[in-house]
Amino acid sequence: MNLAESLRIALRALNANKVRSALTMLGVIIGVAAVILLVAIGTGVQGEILGQIEGLGSNLLFAFPAAMEGGGGGGQGGLAIRKQFELEDAERVRRVLGSSAIVVPIIQASGTIKAGNKTLRTTIAGGDDQGSEVFTADLAGGRHYNRAEYVGGVRVIGLGATVAKELFPRSDPVGKSVSLNGQRFTVVGHYEAQGGALSGDQDNQVYIPVTTAQRILNTRNISAIIIKAVEADDVERIRAQTRAALRPRFGSQLSVFSQEQTLGLLSQLLGTLTVMLAGIAGISLLVGGIGIMNIMLVSVTERTREIGIRKAVGAKTYDIMSQFVIEAIVLSVAGGAVGMAIGGGGAAVLDRWVPTEVTAWAVALAFFFSAGVGVFFGAYPAWRASRLDPIEALRYE
Amino acid sequence: MPEQAPPASAATASTCGEGRVVLEARGVDKTYQMEGLEVRALRGVDLRICEGRMLAVMGPSGSGKSTLMHIIGLLDRPTAGSVRVEGEEVSHMAPNELAAVRNKRIGFVFQSFNLLPRTSALANVELPLVYAGVGGGERARRARESLERIGLGDRLGHFSSQLSGGQQQRVAIARALVTEPSIVLADEPTGNLDSRSGVEVMSILQDLNRQGITIIVVTHDPRVAQHAERIVHLSDGRIVRHEIVEDRTCADDEMAEILARAEEE
Ligand SMILES: Nc1ncnc2c1ncn2[C@@H]1O[C@H](COP(=O)(O)OP(=O)(O)O)[C@@H](O)[C@H]1O
Ligand SMILES: [Mg+2]
Repeated sequence: MNLAESLRIALRALNANKVRSALTMLGVIIGVAAVILLVAIGTGVQGEILGQIEGLGSNLLFAFPAAMEGGGGGGQGGLAIRKQFELEDAERVRRVLGSSAIVVPIIQASGTIKAGNKTLRTTIAGGDDQGSEVFTADLAGGRHYNRAEYVGGVRVIGLGATVAKELFPRSDPVGKSVSLNGQRFTVVGHYEAQGGALSGDQDNQVYIPVTTAQRILNTRNISAIIIKAVEADDVERIRAQTRAALRPRFGSQLSVFSQEQTLGLLSQLLGTLTVMLAGIAGISLLVGGIGIMNIMLVSVTERTREIGIRKAVGAKTYDIMSQFVIEAIVLSVAGGAVGMAIGGGGAAVLDRWVPTEVTAWAVALAFFFSAGVGVFFGAYPAWRASRLDPIEALRYE
Repeated sequence: MPEQAPPASAATASTCGEGRVVLEARGVDKTYQMEGLEVRALRGVDLRICEGRMLAVMGPSGSGKSTLMHIIGLLDRPTAGSVRVEGEEVSHMAPNELAAVRNKRIGFVFQSFNLLPRTSALANVELPLVYAGVGGGERARRARESLERIGLGDRLGHFSSQLSGGQQQRVAIARALVTEPSIVLADEPTGNLDSRSGVEVMSILQDLNRQGITIIVVTHDPRVAQHAERIVHLSDGRIVRHEIVEDRTCADDEMAEILARAEEE
């Protein structure tokens, strides 16, 4: 008996029990769709985040007053914050680097912003008059705060796209008054949305002079120093000079990350996450496979007499075996195909809210896994069927 | 150990009058184990069936008729003794070899028809050819011919559930015939049928026998057995008597009688 024949018999049997076949396939459909969808989300989010970080430019360095313990991830929690940076430290770095880099002192903190009766939790990003060189949002209206406002610690503010839209949905915010952490600020500019579904956080941000930030937060410290090399080739030299400039005050308790290092860490983390998601989805595929085995066992019992008839007229062991294995494979592969369609379609629909990317390897994995599930979970019931004694099977009621 | 089995060539050569020996059972015992209890269904049965004959195996219920049919049909193995099909000893054969012999040489007709459900008459008759490896076009042609031979050429696409009992049994006969076997074994073929359908089935079997096909009918009903040329009487797992039928019933005559009676009413 050839393959086409086995396939025909399998299709006829599945067609005879449409509802049951469909329900059995559902397990595989859900499993495969879940694998594809979750991996698509994982991959998409990973790509999006990495893309955004890359968008900052590959010539950025981030200096933090901390030491990497055990080379990252080890110790009691990676970054242990010690002594804090002050504006002086940024000044020192700037003097050393001269015109080879732009040096921006940064404060990052959370705050509450109000306008009229509207209130919003937001992220405060403080920088100096060159902050716009390292913050990537583009002006939508008004201007950045200027040098005089930085030097004077004036309460001027630029609104990220989300903040502007929430507080001033219909009017131009420029020139309006807002209250940030209870202090009155004048809006001097607002910014374009940075695009991408995950940038909600980046757009929910307000930009103020770092000196003003120190006042309203009541601190002399700053969070970090961002250094932007004028020439990308210069990054390594500039990193060494930055370390040298800050060593007298901070010794080894200092981290200067380049873009690539940050990317590497993040990429690794997100990759692990994607694999975990795939694993969780894989478990549901396994459950689907067990469903197939269950139904195949029922089917074998139910069709004992049929097996007896087939054997009486000359079916050999492998004829019966292949009939049931192929039935299981058809179930799982058909389920896999539908699952792929749903997973792929679902990823496309979801892309409006969460970045997704359907990768070939996820599709291939899901397909071969579902076919494998069919073979694996079909084999045992099929083997049982093929071993039935013809006369016992014929006598079965 | 019973008497030494003669070599295969001797068995093939052994004749019964004019014909060849198609099937031979020697000293066949069958004991079933049931919850520690032994049921001796067959005790030392010797049987020899010659080509082209029509034989009835008769006996009361429980006398071992079905057991005997299963053993000579290679569906079951004897506890002791030997079975030869066309001179070939089968007791040492593996299940797959037995399946091949059944497929090629033996056709079965069961009391309960044993057709595949939700399957057309044609596909049912094709089934043995599927396992014989006969391909699409030829398979359908041969199955159609076989159905036409028993007068169901117009019911090819009908499912078993759309056929009467008599028609279902005729499909089963067509299936038994389609591989051109050496022998057709029928176990109570009329047992589930009304008397008219029963006569119809017996008429077909007699007709096939006239065309040279060897037939064994297993029955508890003396009237059915009366259609055969010879009757083997079975009792308690033993053959107690061989009978040559003197006044053989012709199913076609019976049919004519039934039709005439129907006319009168
Ligand atoms: N599978 C079985 N297990 C146990 N006993 C059986 C089995 N099949 C048949 N028998 C017993 O063997 C005897 C002969 O049965 P069977 O060949 O079916 O008789 P018949 O067909 O003449 O009515 C009976 O006593 C029956 O109960
Ligand atoms: Mg019986």
